[in-house]
Amino acid sequence: MASVTPLKTAAELSLLAQAEGSKSVRQNSFARYAAKGLPHRRVEAYHYTDIRALLKDAPAPAQKAGVAPTHFAFNEIDACVITLIDGQLTAVPTNPLAGVSMNISDEVPDDGLAARSVFPSDGDPIIALNAAFVHRTLRIVIDAGCAIEKPVLLRCITAGAVSAYSRVVVEVANGASMTLIECHECASGGLTNSVVEIAAGDDVSVEHIRVNLGDESATVLTSFGGRIGARSALTSGNFVTGGALSRHQVFLRFEGEGATATISGAALLKDRQQADTTLVVDHSVPECVSREHFAHVLDGEATGVFQGKIIVRPHAQKTDGKMMSRAVLLADGATMNNKPELEIFADDVQCGHGATVGALDDDLLFYLRARGLPKPEAEALMLQAFVGEALEMIAHDGMRERLEWLSETWLKARG
Amino acid sequence: MLEIRNLHVAIEDGSKKILNGLDLTIHNGEVAAIMGPNGSGKSTLSYVIAGKPDYEILDGEILLDGENLLEMEADARAAAGVFLAFQYPLEIPGVATMTFLKAAMNAQSRARGEGELKTPDFMRRVKLGAEKLGIPQEMLRRGLNVGFSGGEKKRMEILQMALLEPSIGILDETDSGLDIDALKIVSEGVNALRSADRSFLVITHYQRLLNYIVPDTVHVMSKGRIVKTGGKELALELEANGYADYVSDVAA
Repeated sequence: MASVTPLKTAAELSLLAQAEGSKSVRQNSFARYAAKGLPHRRVEAYHYTDIRALLKDAPAPAQKAGVAPTHFAFNEIDACVITLIDGQLTAVPTNPLAGVSMNISDEVPDDGLAARSVFPSDGDPIIALNAAFVHRTLRIVIDAGCAIEKPVLLRCITAGAVSAYSRVVVEVANGASMTLIECHECASGGLTNSVVEIAAGDDVSVEHIRVNLGDESATVLTSFGGRIGARSALTSGNFVTGGALSRHQVFLRFEGEGATATISGAALLKDRQQADTTLVVDHSVPECVSREHFAHVLDGEATGVFQGKIIVRPHAQKTDGKMMSRAVLLADGATMNNKPELEIFADDVQCGHGATVGALDDDLLFYLRARGLPKPEAEALMLQAFVGEALEMIAHDGMRERLEWLSETWLKARG
Repeated sequence: MLEIRNLHVAIEDGSKKILNGLDLTIHNGEVAAIMGPNGSGKSTLSYVIAGKPDYEILDGEILLDGENLLEMEADARAAAGVFLAFQYPLEIPGVATMTFLKAAMNAQSRARGEGELKTPDFMRRVKLGAEKLGIPQEMLRRGLNVGFSGGEKKRMEILQMALLEPSIGILDETDSGLDIDALKIVSEGVNALRSADRSFLVITHYQRLLNYIVPDTVHVMSKGRIVKTGGKELALELEANGYADYVSDVAA
């Protein structure tokens, strides 16, 4: 039987043309992407987010940086801000903060084949595309034992209908602590493909926050890889109100005993927005704790996707993993897809997962209305509390309060 | 004044009729008690007055100071002066009690075209009200009713009533689940709110509550109607003889 070659979509043809026409594209990584093409619903990891069908076209990468929007949602956060426009990386602060060094590196980006890579070794097409097209890598090193008070805030802007690829690698040496925020603003028709990697040593405390405030017709694809050393604590929060299509992939691996990972997410979506969080937590060593809590508020014809996989390796005894995904559907056309998975090969572990999808509780709504709250206000209060459960897991006070405010604003706009 | 005339109500799918031509008038300043056996429709009556959407009104009207409550949503009824103290107050995790109280008071002020409360005034009123009902400050910071005991939840209902200052307070089996000390605190809280322009509808199974909240009138409800009306002595008579006389009368 002859092998079947599927027809390429417009986006796939664009990507091919962009790769062929450029000397700077890393052909090895592009080949890893091209072997499979854009992922579609028959690829397990993309079953609920068919990028091949959803991505109408892949705009060309920007040749030079566009103009940043003047309004920035996190202006009031006291942070060391690095602005990345259209994936162009030309200069970084020389002495950003005590204990922090930054440089622009021409290293070959990890596409899943690097030593100790946390990304899928069989090649994730979105990460492979990033490795193929990204110009350079922003490398951030936190010195051993340094507690960095101010967050490092990556303001990632896709300023027009272009593709923007960015890659940030953070090394947090033993005993250090820091907060890394990546905020994605993507213009109408733009495509963001960003990869952030954090390698946390031993006794490290790291908080990572990803925010997608993209335009309602933007595509924002982000991947986050984390390696966690012994007795370290990593929290990673994801907040989404933007983008026609948002996909956030998280790959975490415990590499030392006694570490903790706290992963959370909140998405508020309307119209035909789709947001996907796909998470893999690899307990490869004993006695680590992972907690996941995801909340989706879905209005209109929006779609939420949560895929969470907890892997417990054969010798990873005393693993403690709990994963929860909750969704509220506000309209008949809204959809939530939950796929929790546990792969447990050790026998002395505590692992659990739960997923709920439902409407707002009518009795609770009546209780609030009987106290005088009009329906929209009562619903907003209940939804604020619902989203708050996930936002509570964000440790940085300023960011948590700001994200609570952004949720409130979204709920008020819903009316 | 609350006037209920010829009220016929079924549950929403129309399968079961619960109120069958109920008539009841409560004058300003009056404390009316409704007693009756299980399933006589007491709680349904309280929900229908407050505007719970699960019921179908087949006939009749409910007027509060001449305004037809049946044409209003639950929140508009609350702003018009209806307060229902729930038999089972609901828990709302993630909504701090203080936040909820402020939202409710401000929503009602807005609906009445009044200005919102200033935060210091609000705090003072809540603190004062909470102290009278023995509600510790720590409870006000927790999620609404989350982890509260039955007695604490009922005290919280009375605190809400005190802050919202309704023209009619409906107490739906507020005595259920209360020990004698909590019953006294709650009753004192209610009694402190009695005034010439505020009336109460006290729904209860037992006469005991009426020792503490002494009613002006007592109504016996059976099979969705008021079948007997009298003074406070009627409650004592019911306690002695039970409901059997009234239930069989209607059935006959």
